[in-house]
Amino acid sequence: MNTANENVMRTFDRQGKPGLDVERVRQDFPVLSQEIRGKRLVYLDNAATAQKPRAVIECLEHYYSRDNANVHRGVHTLSERATAGFEGARTKVREFINARSIAEIIFVRGATEAINLVAQTWGRTNVKAGDEILITEMEHHSNIVPWQMLCEQTGATLKVAPVNDAGELVMEEFAKRLSDRTRLVGVVHCSNALGTVNPVREMIELAHRAGALVLVDGAQAAPHFKLDVQQLDCDFYTFSGHKLYGPTGIGVLYGKERLLAAMPPYQGGGEMIKFVTFEKSIYNDLPYKFEAGTPNIAGAIGLGAAIDYVTGLGLDNIAAHEHALLAYATEAVANVPELHVIGSARHKAGILSFELENIHPHDIGTILDHYGIAIRTGHHCAMPVMQRYGVPATARASFALYNTRQEVDAFLAGIGKVIEAFK
Amino acid sequence: MTDLRDLYQEVIIDHNRNPRNRRKIADANRRVEGFNPLCGDQIVVYVKIDAQGVIDDVSFEGRGCAISTASASIMTEMLRGKTEQEAEALFRDFHGFVTGADHAGSASALGKLQVLGGVRDYPARVKCATLAWHTVHAALKNEADRVTTE
Repeated sequence: MNTANENVMRTFDRQGKPGLDVERVRQDFPVLSQEIRGKRLVYLDNAATAQKPRAVIECLEHYYSRDNANVHRGVHTLSERATAGFEGARTKVREFINARSIAEIIFVRGATEAINLVAQTWGRTNVKAGDEILITEMEHHSNIVPWQMLCEQTGATLKVAPVNDAGELVMEEFAKRLSDRTRLVGVVHCSNALGTVNPVREMIELAHRAGALVLVDGAQAAPHFKLDVQQLDCDFYTFSGHKLYGPTGIGVLYGKERLLAAMPPYQGGGEMIKFVTFEKSIYNDLPYKFEAGTPNIAGAIGLGAAIDYVTGLGLDNIAAHEHALLAYATEAVANVPELHVIGSARHKAGILSFELENIHPHDIGTILDHYGIAIRTGHHCAMPVMQRYGVPATARASFALYNTRQEVDAFLAGIGKVIEAFK
Repeated sequence: MTDLRDLYQEVIIDHNRNPRNRRKIADANRRVEGFNPLCGDQIVVYVKIDAQGVIDDVSFEGRGCAISTASASIMTEMLRGKTEQEAEALFRDFHGFVTGADHAGSASALGKLQVLGGVRDYPARVKCATLAWHTVHAALKNEADRVTTE
């Protein structure tokens, strides 16, 4: 490897603009400086969850050490601080995805809860027997099962648009499955199992023309590129904080305000009401109508800190860095004849799913762990994707803003060791 | 640091490459599917038990990781000719052995199965080593035709 080039890659992107200083960025992540089984940790399981920068960790500590109180309740100072932090985080999320209003930002546990919320509130009131929900073959279980449950409850039908051998959605087949019976399209922005980035803008346009709403599952997309829900014109957008360098247990549902306003509440309880009698309750305004109970206050504030962190580095810089890493890794694995990449879409983000001839992914994962390298092995909560490619499981390396070319080299060396162990 | 060879011993690599008794038994009187939801692996275990309760033949089908394949392969070698009670005792000993539970005096009876002891240092892989055993256990108990490791 050319060290001089490596330095240039770190400091400048292709246009010569300042890029990520990865060595400096790595200092922000305490977890990365440890050894695993005597080897420097190489964390390549970012698509499962990302590591947390010190800014997020310290933000949580600060909140619990100084500001902890319940929100929207007390008149005392701590409650005001907690409320300001919590609502400040909501504003950061609004800016991050360019929503029109904070009324459109609902805090939930994660992308999974966000999708379930839409299925059980919008879905239960708007979907009837004979209607159709259209998803794609590359969805995560979280964007399959909630719709299956809704279909069972309503008598609607779940339709699936296929992917091709490269892992790209077949647009003609998608378009063919849209009809006046289609009530909603659920599509993953970036596939966690294949890395494919879907042409969601085009899909949304087609769906809207057919009169269907669109929910975009952005769990895997939010950490990798700039989002603009107004430009996409999606009806719902969901993502999780923990894949975006934030805490677990916090996520976001974005919905267009007029849709959210017409939807019934998801759960009943405190916070989501204005007035309660035993005869009737008046529900709260958006976004609180969907936030029953004491929310994950620290989680939301931590997510706000994570958003500050990634926007400080620049989403474009992050995307360029990860793209360069993926290209470097893809080129390197092409020289390993026993390795087959699963998912070679033209438009991909940060994910390298693969199999090794006659070696089970779990054996790959265990042996790599022995060299300090963390990857994901299994079905990635996308069993239909595994069925589509005729494999029980795959191994997956996924890249984040703090990964380096040296780590890709270590990963490649590890793959060599795996092959050797089975010779 | 444990050595990788403690886990992936030659015997395991050999059984993974050339699994014994990976075939169907046409006249089996027990057939159970085993499923490990963690990795998606599925195996089918066939057992033919004679009138005296002795395992006349035992085999498996399916593909999994080296640990689960080798475990299934060695299991089929060891169970043939054993009574149901002997097989159950071996299942308990083996389960205790790989989960690290105390099972004094069991090591000698385990014989070749001891090569799978390396999984004790890899808790996530214990289910790989026990999938075939849970499946054959269900087959002997005749209580289900499908079991999972979860």
